[in-house]
Amino acid sequence: MQVQNGCMGNKPVFRVRGVSKVYRMGEVEVHALREVDLDLYAGEFVVLLGASGSGKSTLLNIVGGLDVPTAGEVHYLDHDLTAATDEALTRFRREHVGFVFQFYNLIPSLTALENVSLVTEIAARPLAPDEALRLVGLGDRLNHFPAQLSGGEQQRVAVARAVAKRPDVLLCDEPTGALDFASGKVVLEVLDRVNRELGTTTVVITHNAAIAAMADRVIHIGSGRIAEIGANAAKASPAELSW
Amino acid sequence: MVSVRIGALDRKLLRDIWHLRGQVLAVTAVVMCGIAVFLTMRGMVESLVDTRDRYYAEYRFADVFANVKRAPESVAARIAAMPGVRAVETGITLEVMLDVPDLAEPATAQLISLPDGGSPRLNRLHLRSGRTVAAGARDEVLASEAFARANRLEPGATITAVINGRRERLVIVGIAISPEFIYTLRPASGLPDDRRYGILWMSRAALENAYDMDGAFNRVALGLEPGASERDVITALDRLLERYGAIGAYGRGEHLSDKVIRDEIRQDSIYGGVISAIFLGVAAFIVHIVLSRLVAIQRDQLGVIKAFGYGNRAIAAHFVKLALLVVVSGTLLGIPVAAWLGEGLAAIYRDFFHFPHYEWQLSARGLAMSVAISAASAFTGAYVAVLGAIRLPPAEAMRPPTPARFRPGWIERAGFQRWLSMTERMVVRNLERRPWKGALSVLGLALAVAIIVVGRYGIDALDRIIDVQFRATLKDDITIELNNPRAAAAIEAIAQLPGVIRAEPFRAVPVRLRAGHREKRTAVIGFAAQGNLHALVDLDYRATPMPDEGIVLSTKLAGQLGLAIGDRFMVELLEGARRSEAVVLAATVDDLVGLGAYMSLPALNRLMHEPAETLSGAYLTVDPAARERLYRRLKEMPMVRGVSVKESMLANFRDVIARSLLVQTIANIVFASVIAFGVVYNSVRIALSERGNELASLRVLGFTHREVAAMLLGEQLVLVLVAIPLGFAVGAGICAMLVMALDAQETMRLPLVFSGRTFAFAFVIVATAAMLSAFAIWRRLRGLDLIAVLKTRE
Ligand SMILES: Nc1ncnc2c1ncn2[C@@H]1O[C@H](COP(=O)(O)OP(=O)(O)OP(=O)(O)O)[C@@H](O)[C@H]1O
Ligand SMILES: [Mg+2]
Repeated sequence: MQVQNGCMGNKPVFRVRGVSKVYRMGEVEVHALREVDLDLYAGEFVVLLGASGSGKSTLLNIVGGLDVPTAGEVHYLDHDLTAATDEALTRFRREHVGFVFQFYNLIPSLTALENVSLVTEIAARPLAPDEALRLVGLGDRLNHFPAQLSGGEQQRVAVARAVAKRPDVLLCDEPTGALDFASGKVVLEVLDRVNRELGTTTVVITHNAAIAAMADRVIHIGSGRIAEIGANAAKASPAELSW
Repeated sequence: MVSVRIGALDRKLLRDIWHLRGQVLAVTAVVMCGIAVFLTMRGMVESLVDTRDRYYAEYRFADVFANVKRAPESVAARIAAMPGVRAVETGITLEVMLDVPDLAEPATAQLISLPDGGSPRLNRLHLRSGRTVAAGARDEVLASEAFARANRLEPGATITAVINGRRERLVIVGIAISPEFIYTLRPASGLPDDRRYGILWMSRAALENAYDMDGAFNRVALGLEPGASERDVITALDRLLERYGAIGAYGRGEHLSDKVIRDEIRQDSIYGGVISAIFLGVAAFIVHIVLSRLVAIQRDQLGVIKAFGYGNRAIAAHFVKLALLVVVSGTLLGIPVAAWLGEGLAAIYRDFFHFPHYEWQLSARGLAMSVAISAASAFTGAYVAVLGAIRLPPAEAMRPPTPARFRPGWIERAGFQRWLSMTERMVVRNLERRPWKGALSVLGLALAVAIIVVGRYGIDALDRIIDVQFRATLKDDITIELNNPRAAAAIEAIAQLPGVIRAEPFRAVPVRLRAGHREKRTAVIGFAAQGNLHALVDLDYRATPMPDEGIVLSTKLAGQLGLAIGDRFMVELLEGARRSEAVVLAATVDDLVGLGAYMSLPALNRLMHEPAETLSGAYLTVDPAARERLYRRLKEMPMVRGVSVKESMLANFRDVIARSLLVQTIANIVFASVIAFGVVYNSVRIALSERGNELASLRVLGFTHREVAAMLLGEQLVLVLVAIPLGFAVGAGICAMLVMALDAQETMRLPLVFSGRTFAFAFVIVATAAMLSAFAIWRRLRGLDLIAVLKTRE
C-alpha cells in the first residue's frame, strides 16, 4: 500500500499523527478518535467508510479545520492546524478547503448563483460562479432560490459552491446521503470530474460501500481507529456504479 | 397520571426558560420598568390626592375666599347667616417688604393675621417647630416653612419688616405650614421663589393696631355646608362685600396653591399613564417575539407532544406560564424599584409641596391594577404565539420545514441589486421577507427613543417658557410694585435711585372680565406701548404690537371667555371707581404663563378715569455694580410693596428644577436603555437562533467571525437607523398629546418645542444600548458551535 502511494509520486498534503478526540459528558468519556495516523496525498480521491458513530465526521471536521483534536497533531503542508487560532483556522478554510454537507446548508435568502458568488467573492482565484453551476449541470437554474430547487439540485449547488473557489481540498460528509440514486450519481460525477480536471484532493464520507469503487483509496474506520486502508488498482467511473 | 404529564411539560418549560434566560431577563426588565413607572406615578398621584384631602379636611381648608379693602367685623355675622355657609374666618393680610439677614435683595412677605386666643376656624396652621405667637405680641411672627428653610431661619431668628412705613424688628417664634400655602407662589409672579417670598403669621390685634384696622377685616374665608352651591355663595358674597371694596370672591378652583397641586396631579397621572403604556406595549411586543420564535423552533417538539395526546389546553397553559413568570417576576422586581423611585420623588415633592406629612404610598388597589395591566399586556403578547402553537397540526409539525421562501423584493426589482454585495443582499432580503417582524422591532426601538424625547421634553418646554416669559416678554432686571397707585412723579423718583439705567411705569388693576355668562378674575397690566422692558410676545417669539385702544388677552383667556378679536365685552374694575366698562378685544397673544390681560398705560388709566400717567409699579434695568446700593434703598422705601429680582428668581428656580429633573432624567435614561437593550437584544438573539445554521455554514465556508457578525448586526443597524428618526416623530407626537391633555392648565402652558440636545441625547442613549446588545451577540457568535450545526437538519 505504502509503495503504491509512493508510486503516485506525491508528498502528503495532510499529515495526521496520533490524533485523539475525547468528548467528556460528565462522568462518561466518549472516545470518538483514538490515536489516528493518516496521510492524505495531493490529487487523490479518498472514500471514508465506517459504521455509524465510528468517528468519520469527527476526523473530517478536524482535517477541515472545523474542530481541534484532544491530542495529536494535524499538518496541512506546513500549517500546524492543531496549534492554530480560530482566526488562522478560518483563513485556512477560506483559502484551501471546500465543504459539501449532507444537508446542503445553502443560504435560503440567496439564489443558486448568489450562493456560489458568496464564496467566490472571498476566494483568491475562483471559477466564474455561473461556470461552476454549469459544471454541475445547473446552468439553467442560476436564479432559483434554494426553496425552488429539488434536494439533488440543492446538493449540486452546494458542490458548485465548494468547487467554485478551486479549493485544494474538497471534504464531503455524506454528500449523497439524502439523495435518490439518480441525483446521487450526478453529484458523484461532478466530484469525480472536479477531482480529475482540477486535481483537487477529495475526501468523501459515505455509508454506501458501492461508492468505494470510484476512489483511489478506501479508508475503513471502526471505533475511532483506522481499521484498514485499501487501494483500487483501477478506479470505476461513477457511471459504472450501482446500488 | 395527569400530574406526571404536567410535571414533564413543566420540566421542559424550566429548561426552555433556562435556555432563553437572556431573553426572559430582558422581557422581565422591560415589564419591571413598566410596572415601576406605573406604580411610581400612580402611587404619587394616590398619595398626593390622599394627603391633600386629609390635610384639607383636618386643617379645615376653606371653600371660598374673598379680599376686600376694609369691612367691619359685623359683616362676618351676615356672611355666616348666608345659606350654605358653615364657617367664616375673617382676618387681615398685607404684603410687606422684608430685610432678611444674609439676603442682599429685599424680600416680600404676605402678612396674615392669626386670631388672638384660639386657632382659626378655617385654614388652620400646622406648627413645625417653636411655638405660636403670643396674643397681641407686636414683634412675634410664625414663618412659613418654605421661606424659613430657604433662608435657613430657625425659631429665634429676627428679620426686619417695613410695616406701615416703619421698620419693625420681628422675631420668628415658630415655623408653620397651612393648607392655603401647600405651594407658595407670589400672585402675579410666574415662578416660585422661596428665598424672596414667604408667609408670615402675626397676632391680629397687633396687625389691627399697626394698620388702623380695629374691628375690621380685609380677607375672609368661608367653609361651605356639604352640597351647598359654591356659585350661589360666591354671588351672594360678592353682592354683600361689594361696598367694602371687594375684588371678587373665588372658590378653590381659582385658589393658587390648590390649582398648582391639581395641575401637578393631572400631569403625573397623564405622564405616568403614557409612559407605562409604552413600557407595557413594548413588553407585550417582546413576549410576542420570544414566544413566537419558541413555537417556531419547537414545532416538531410540539407535534410530538400533541401526537402523544396532550390537549390544546395543556399546550396553551405551557406557554402562558412562561408569560406569567415574566409578569410575576417583573412585578415583584418593579415594586421595590417603584418604592425607591417614589420615595426619591417624594423627597423632591416635599421641597415644593408643604404637607404636615408626605410620603409616597401605594394602595392595594393600585398594586392589583398594575398586576392586572401587566398580565394583560403579557397575555396580549402571548396570544398570537399560543394560537400558532394550538393550530399546528401534529403531522405538519413533524415534517421538516422547507427552506424559507425568498424572492427578490422591491429594492432589487427596482434595480438596486447590482450595487449590493451578497451579504448586503442577505440583509435586504431578510428584512423584506418579513417586514412585520422588522416593523415591530423598529416600533419597539422607536418607543425607546420616544421615552427619552418625552422625558426631556419637560426641560425643553420649561426653557422655552422661561426664555419667552423672562427674556422676550419681560426684559427688565427688577420689577417694583408700589403700595398704591401713584402719580407720574413716582417714576421720576424711581429713575433717580442709584444704579437705575432705565425705569418704565406700569399699572396693574384687578378686574373681572365678563363675556355673556362666562367670567374670569385676573389683572389688567397697562404698560407703555413704546416701552422697551415689557412686550407682548408669543411662544414663537412673534411680537404683538400694543394697540392704543382696546385690550389684549392671552389666547387661552380669550378662548375661555369665548371671545374673538373685535368682540366687545365687560371689564369690571375692582379698584378705585369700581365701575364696569365695555372694551374691545384688540388682539390676542399666545403666551405661556398665566391668564394675562394687557392694555396701553394711557388707555387703562382712561378706563380708570385717572391721569394718563398713573402707575402702580415699574420695570427697571440696573447697573449690576450698583445693585447692592439699590437694594438697600428699596428696603427703606415706604411706597414700595414688593421687589422681584429676575436673576435671583431664575437662578433659584433653575436650582430647584435641576434637582427634580435629575431624578427624572436618570430614571428616563435607565428606562429607555432597558427598552432599547431589550428590543435589540431580543431581535438579534432571535435572528441568531433562526439563522444560526446559516451563519455557522458561512463560518465553515471560511467567513470570519467579524464578517458573519456584520451580516447579522447589519440587519439590526438598518432597523436602528430607521427607528431613531421615527422615534423622534413618535416622541414629538406623544408630547403633542401631552400638551393637548394638559391644555386645561392655567398656571402654565407647555409649548411644543424640542432642543437639538434632546434628540442628540436620545440618539446617544439608544445607540449605546443597541451597541451593548450587539456586543453581547458578538460574543455569543464566537461560541457558535460549527459542528453541531452540520449535524442537524435545521
Ligand atoms: N458533541 C459531541 N458530544 C459527545 N459525543 C459526541 C459528540 N459528537 C460526536 N460524539 C460521539 O463521537 C462519536 C463519533 O461521532 P461521529 O460524528 O464522528 O460519527 P460518524 O462516524 O460520523 O457517524 P455517522 O456515520 O452516524 O455520521 C460518536 O460516538 C458520537 O456519539
Ligand atoms: Mg457523520
